[in-house]
Amino acid sequence: MPHDHHDHDHLSPSGHPYRKDNDGALTYWQTMEIAIRELMVEKGELTPAQIQAQIDAMDDRSPANGAAVVARAWTDPDFKTRLLDNGSDAAREMGFDIGPMHLVAVENTADTHNLIVCTLCSCYPRNLLGLPPDWYKTREYRSRAVREPRAVLREFGVDLPANTTLRVHDSTADMRYIVLPARPDGTEDMTTEQLADLVTRDSMIGTGLPKAP
Amino acid sequence: MDDPQHRWHDMGGEAAGPVPMDGHDFAIWEKRVDALVILGQQRGHFTVDGLRRALEDMGEQAFESMTYYERWVAALNQNLIEAGVYTLEELGTKMEEIKARGDTYGAVQS
Repeated sequence: MPHDHHDHDHLSPSGHPYRKDNDGALTYWQTMEIAIRELMVEKGELTPAQIQAQIDAMDDRSPANGAAVVARAWTDPDFKTRLLDNGSDAAREMGFDIGPMHLVAVENTADTHNLIVCTLCSCYPRNLLGLPPDWYKTREYRSRAVREPRAVLREFGVDLPANTTLRVHDSTADMRYIVLPARPDGTEDMTTEQLADLVTRDSMIGTGLPKAP
Repeated sequence: MDDPQHRWHDMGGEAAGPVPMDGHDFAIWEKRVDALVILGQQRGHFTVDGLRRALEDMGEQAFESMTYYERWVAALNQNLIEAGVYTLEELGTKMEEIKARGDTYGAVQS
């Protein structure tokens, strides 16, 4: 029975406990979010189903999407050419909804490493990687990624050789970068799916490297 | 920031401390703000530039004292009021009505 819980104050209308993040004291800004949502529904602007569908679409986006693109580029030279030529179209070709943004893939090679940042705010290839990690949006990352990127990379555990060229790409709302990491050595016999498992979120931001096989 | 060459949000190149590595899972209210921002643009009420203008005009104090999605919901609200989707008075009335429903985010959902 759903109503056998002892503390009825903490049950939702469905008879289940609320998620923990709903149990804190209601804040001013949370109240504003509910108000905006309810006003938009009442005025016929949006339906609750549309809002939920948008949340579901965002939840479905994860670094696994980007990893699939990277693994394909590692195994399909023609696709890699198309990806570097027009990242948006290449990602769409694989069935990913990229929206109106321009996606630019930048390739790591034996002597060049790429790093992406949005110094102005939080622009990120969210349609391919999901929502950005919190550190990506911090003053510290935004300020220092273009000032002392090698020191920032060391904080992420990436210590680049001094003779590696480091390119830092500053994203905008209209143009978002994704790093195509270098394929690790010793992966010649791996399938595209196995390769995708090596591709981490941070390796596509440039703050990390792919996992070793 | 007193530097006339760039505004507070244009922080690339400034000195700052170590990158804080702690993260958090997004709460449902944050995901809803994100969704409403996308959908509000799709409805043609504002553009990403309108959102950014509101965020940047909030100033550095808001950046330091409010969370990311707190700033986003404030910017969303400003753009929707400017677009005439609802009035400030309607918002105030609705927020009071919501607060009267209960004390937690989960309890006040209609």
